Amino acid sequence: MSALRLAFSALLRDWRSGELMTLLAALIIGVTALSAVSMFTSRITVAVQRQAGEVLAADLVWRSGRPASAELRASAADFNLKTANVSSFPSMAWAGDEGSLAEVRAVDDAYPLRGTILVADKLFGESSATNAVPRSGEAWAEARLLARLGLEPGDTLRLGELDLVVGRVLERLPDQGFQFVDLAPTLLVNQADIGPSGLLGPGSRVTYRLLFSGEPADIAGFRSELEPLLEAGERLRGLEDVRPEIGVALKRAEQFLGLSALVSVMICAIAIAMAARRYAQRHLDTAALMKCLGASQRKILTLGLWQLGAIALIGGIVGTLLAYFAQALLAQVLSDMVGGNLPLPSAASLWLGPFTALAMILAFALPPLAQLRRVPPIRVLRKDVAPSPALFLAYLSAGAGIVLMLLAVLRETSMVLLSALALAGTLAVLYVCGWVLVYALRSVRGSGGAAWRYGLANLARRRRESVVQLVAFGLGLMVLLLLSVVRGDLLAAWQATLPADAPNNFLINIQPPEREALSAVFERHGVERPQYWPLVRARLAAINGVAARDIGDVSERGRRFLEREANLSWSDRLQIGNRLADGVWWDEDGQPPGVSVEVEFAEALGLALGDELRFDVAGEPVTGVVTSFRVVEWDSFRPNFFMVLSPGLLPEEAGTFISSAHVPGDQRQLFVDVARELPGVTVFDMEALLGQVRGVMDKAALAVQIVFLFTLAAGVVVLLAAVQASLGERRYEAAMLRTLGARRSLVLRAIATEFVVVGMLAGLLGAIGAGVAGAALASRVFELEYAGSGNLALVGLVAGALLVGVSGTLAARSAVQQPPVTVLRE
Amino acid sequence: MINHNSDTDVLTVDSLGKKVSSPEGSLTILEDVSFSVAGGETVAVVGPSGAGKSTLLALMAGLDTPSSGTVRLLGQDIGGLSEDGRAELRAGNVGFVFQSFHLLPSLTAIENVMLPLELAGNERAADAAATVLGEVGLSERLRHYPRQLSGGEQQRVAIARAFVTRPAILFADEPTGNLDGATGARIIELLFRLNEAAHTTLVLVTHDENLASGCRRRLLLGDGRLVGDEVAA
Repeated sequence: MSALRLAFSALLRDWRSGELMTLLAALIIGVTALSAVSMFTSRITVAVQRQAGEVLAADLVWRSGRPASAELRASAADFNLKTANVSSFPSMAWAGDEGSLAEVRAVDDAYPLRGTILVADKLFGESSATNAVPRSGEAWAEARLLARLGLEPGDTLRLGELDLVVGRVLERLPDQGFQFVDLAPTLLVNQADIGPSGLLGPGSRVTYRLLFSGEPADIAGFRSELEPLLEAGERLRGLEDVRPEIGVALKRAEQFLGLSALVSVMICAIAIAMAARRYAQRHLDTAALMKCLGASQRKILTLGLWQLGAIALIGGIVGTLLAYFAQALLAQVLSDMVGGNLPLPSAASLWLGPFTALAMILAFALPPLAQLRRVPPIRVLRKDVAPSPALFLAYLSAGAGIVLMLLAVLRETSMVLLSALALAGTLAVLYVCGWVLVYALRSVRGSGGAAWRYGLANLARRRRESVVQLVAFGLGLMVLLLLSVVRGDLLAAWQATLPADAPNNFLINIQPPEREALSAVFERHGVERPQYWPLVRARLAAINGVAARDIGDVSERGRRFLEREANLSWSDRLQIGNRLADGVWWDEDGQPPGVSVEVEFAEALGLALGDELRFDVAGEPVTGVVTSFRVVEWDSFRPNFFMVLSPGLLPEEAGTFISSAHVPGDQRQLFVDVARELPGVTVFDMEALLGQVRGVMDKAALAVQIVFLFTLAAGVVVLLAAVQASLGERRYEAAMLRTLGARRSLVLRAIATEFVVVGMLAGLLGAIGAGVAGAALASRVFELEYAGSGNLALVGLVAGALLVGVSGTLAARSAVQQPPVTVLRE
Repeated sequence: MINHNSDTDVLTVDSLGKKVSSPEGSLTILEDVSFSVAGGETVAVVGPSGAGKSTLLALMAGLDTPSSGTVRLLGQDIGGLSEDGRAELRAGNVGFVFQSFHLLPSLTAIENVMLPLELAGNERAADAAATVLGEVGLSERLRHYPRQLSGGEQQRVAIARAFVTRPAILFADEPTGNLDGATGARIIELLFRLNEAAHTTLVLVTHDENLASGCRRRLLLGDGRLVGDEVAA
């Protein structure tokens, strides 16, 4: 009979007897949780990215001074991408004799591929979203332009040789972008009108954009094919190049989801490890007997391998199916809340289940299986003989398994290593603390009744098992606390970075003498006076005496920084939302004079403290030494600057001021007054961008809550399984005690004492671990302010006592209620 | 299967010793035990508790390794074999009956009996197992699980499992130890009847006078030493 046949008949027998159930159940729960989380996360991540794509009105944008070639369009079609054409150029718009420079943007009917256009039917009226574009013969104009030309919707304006009817007031295009420069107001027209307008001839300053949208994989494939073929003057812009506010939100959202997935990995790892150990231990006698009857070590190993392979296959497939249904159901339920249809889970996330099952089984069940191979046949005569566990192999393979699974979920090597190290450290600390706590328990044994004494004596006597249980329960509770309490705090901290009164408008191009008048408008409308920041446009001309164009050794990003104009500011104090990473800030008198540089900007250009920067400010050289580096909260919705100079370095007359303010929706009339009284000041409405960031936050928060429920369920099952696993010996002892005359209630109280004490100790350890992990995550990963939760320890103690104590006691009750003879006979 | 006849020694034990380490230092369990068992012989190893009977059985069957001395089983010095080598020697050639039956709880009666045949690569395990189970009187119980059988029935399944490979030698460790007197007597009767029919060499460890008296030869152990070797007239 082949080993395969023998293995499967053995498997079938194990199945019939229920032996397999624990391991298979743990595996299926593990695979389901991990796969469902992964599938759901991938779908949500794509949805969140799509939302971010609204800032581009597309997933990818090609830009050039020449129209897109037929090859480019054909290539996009090959990748099943949708496209939209946008061309923009400056031109004069006229109303009678009144003329104003406008940025004309001509779009086709496919525009926008992502997001919506905000329009209003009258000046500063209620805005609404639309996916339509102006019809031929129609134009949508920004309020600034209409104010300058004295037009209202319904009037006619002239563009080149065309008369266009002003259809609507253009509030915001999804990809309008925003820079601290006074761009001409936008005039949105239909692409079909550009030819007849006669505006474009040879040498016109036109920017052509081709917008693409499609499945993430197609976009990535198209991008990688296109990138090497880009010619001079052509530029691609993807989601990673979007506004920092969105970028930061997106990154945090992914981190939160990643953290949840990570936690589910750990929970599953614990479950499988425990079940595998139990499975192997229950097979020690079988293996010994089979050796007695002539089975070789190899045969026992082969049998086990086939069995484990089959278990992995079944667990992987069943888990993946369950996961698919779970996340599909979830997506269905949440479709309203997450806005529209979620993209389908990627094919890669379908493979994750079987892969995970195999990796988990190999990592956690193989070492106990190897132990089976070494079981001495004399065990049939002497039960106490068992092979020494191959601890090194077990730890090594479990470690490798966890790292593999982390890689599958996180895909970022540094994060994986960090998490694995953190887990190993946590385990080591839990282990040591467990020993100390169990040792400390000995001193409280003397007090209390018989049940208390016996329960504690049990803990101390089975010191090794007690510590292992403490570590398992502690880790489980830590993960649950981390997910329940700390997760809530972290999410709240994140949402607190964008309070309800976060600035929703930027005002730029404010001349120094206009500040008073502008503040007066605000006060008149009962809105808090805005804050002003100086802004000076300048070019970084040289670093340490080397002219910018001669600097060769700099990153692509650094090159772009050198090529474009930079916004400089000066300030006597560090702005809110900025903190010093290195160096010193100047004193109140601006001494020592210098430049404070944002860290990522400094990295891109390879700057060091003490480097000398020379700027070209409207033809005048300004020199400053780098005196500090700053970390900037880009998602604060306040003006932020890559470079801030000490007061006095920049010529005061060279710059303007910018401001950000929160203006409630019912005070929008304020802007009509600003446009009328201070026509030079430009207002940028950030409400849409703010909404986009809030959208990302809310989706991520929702997804994390859902994932948390999954993981919580898995975690509780694991805790219960751990209780079950520790029950065998307790059942036997309870039967012995009752045989010796102990009353049932006394035995039950002793067991309850044991479980409650273990649960409380584990809860305490878990709470400390969760607190430390939360603080580390907040500062290292999420870069958020985290105050911590004072009652975490209390929650840990109570949760531990309840979860472990109650479930353990309940599980033990049935054993205590059985007649002792039934248990002793087993 | 290894050929054997009653004239050659199936088992030879020479100067066998076993020591184990304990908290109080080294503990001698067996010391300088020597004897031979010829093919077809029935041998009872008797002696008080702690005399080293079970240890001797384990060493003879190659389940454990001695501290000193040699064991030749079926013509092979098992001291020179690896654990796998000893398992291979046992496969199909050595049968066991244990005090606590050692049936696999997840296997039915017939599956338990098939197991040693399957391990030895026998393709017709089911037929052979059914036949032997018939011989021990359990034809009606083939599909029963051990927990559905009485103690005596479980030990019959274990005996069927021991004989199903037609082994050259059968080791039994207190086969009636867990059974009441009447059941034990029927098991003894069955064991000797099958042994006689198969011409198997039988070595059993027991306290049970009835069982020991059924054997032609008695080896008496005392304090880890062989203190008597009696052959019935």
